[in-house]
Amino acid sequence: MDWAVIPKNIYFLLGGLGLTFELAAISIAGGLLVGIIMGLGRVSSRRWIYYPATLYVNFFRSLPLILVIFWFYFLMPFILGRPLGDFLSAVIAFIIFESSYFAEIVRAGIGSIRKEQVFAGYSTGLNYYKTMRHIVIPQALRNMVPSLVTQCVIIFQDTSLAYVIGLKEFLRRTALVDATQFRSIELYSFAAIVYLVFCFAGSMASRRLEKRRGQGRR
Amino acid sequence: MGGYEFDWSVLWREPYGGWMLQAIFTTIHLSLLGWAIACVFGLIVGTMRVFPSRVARVIGTAYVEIIRNIPYLVQLFMWYFMVPLLLPKNAQMWVNANVPNIPYWTAVICLGVYTASRVAEHLRAGMHSIPSDQYRAAASTGLSTFQAYRYVIIPYGIRIVIPPLTTEFLTCFKNSALAMTIGVMETTGMAYLIDSYTWHGLETTSGAMLVYIFTTTTIVLFMGWVETKISIPGMLGRVR
Repeated sequence: MDWAVIPKNIYFLLGGLGLTFELAAISIAGGLLVGIIMGLGRVSSRRWIYYPATLYVNFFRSLPLILVIFWFYFLMPFILGRPLGDFLSAVIAFIIFESSYFAEIVRAGIGSIRKEQVFAGYSTGLNYYKTMRHIVIPQALRNMVPSLVTQCVIIFQDTSLAYVIGLKEFLRRTALVDATQFRSIELYSFAAIVYLVFCFAGSMASRRLEKRRGQGRR
Repeated sequence: MGGYEFDWSVLWREPYGGWMLQAIFTTIHLSLLGWAIACVFGLIVGTMRVFPSRVARVIGTAYVEIIRNIPYLVQLFMWYFMVPLLLPKNAQMWVNANVPNIPYWTAVICLGVYTASRVAEHLRAGMHSIPSDQYRAAASTGLSTFQAYRYVIIPYGIRIVIPPLTTEFLTCFKNSALAMTIGVMETTGMAYLIDSYTWHGLETTSGAMLVYIFTTTTIVLFMGWVETKISIPGMLGRVR
């Protein structure tokens, strides 16, 4: 065992961790935005909105993320006529893939609001948009927060898959250092502990939010 | 969009078609073997998490928390690059000499251990969701503890856990694709490999997508049929 390999390469590794965070943040923001639109589509009563949104969500949810990453990696040059960088290609794949999971969370969140709330909104003279905006969505959002935090933790873990198209994020850099230093035990333990610390913190936050939500209701 | 000539024949042309079929077969038995390990481990860990013994509960909880908070790919690399180094020298040599296709078996173990943590959580939730009235009702009709489990609790519990376990199997099936990173030639890996021979990655990955979508849709429809077949009259069936 020689743990010195980690301090020796710490800047290189932490640079990768920075990229991991960047990738996660962009994927979460973009995924959530597209996910809310698709989630609203999933509860729409208009068929021409409901069916495409449902197809989109079910399509991406039945595929492995790694395959979706490859697919966009091959598809983007075809659409654009020139290769797109690793980072952008990964970002697009993550946003599209994760938005289908966000959409299901949004759908469940809206589904958790009882119909009476909508009727109450209408009966006080609010229209559809105002009922959604002031009554349904604020309550739904509050119900969704724990699941959204859990999903953010999953996305943070999923960014490690950008490894496969050569993006130098945290895991790729760990593997690169290992390729020259042959310190698999130390390096992969370090990577695992770093991921564990951040993801465990996220899981705990999600659980606390869940508990607080339960208390708020009583 | 110009400049790209589609050649879908890479999906069936010799030798790629044969390779792809073999890869699909690998995906199937890899995920089934992983699932078998996951069910056994998941049942043990799930039971430990509701055990009266504090030690068992702590071990079960630690297992689930650690596995769930480390990315699957990192775990796969740990199993593949790190665990062999931790074995004693003799064991390392024995494994290298006697285990054929080490990446494949590494992937099976990792997939099983990972999925087990999720299966355990669903089983635990399932055990919790059976109302205690059921136990009392069974006892009050004169059933022994064994009979109560055999005729009331287990049939009831199985119906509760089937939908989440179906989802979990599909996750296991999809996660099997990551085995390509350590060189197992399953569907996704093969799609990538054929690309490196033909430069037709768009076609091969699209073909692989169809394989996954077809399989998951079939499983979802079949399990939906099973659920309605075995649903208990009077209970809420599929809540959708």
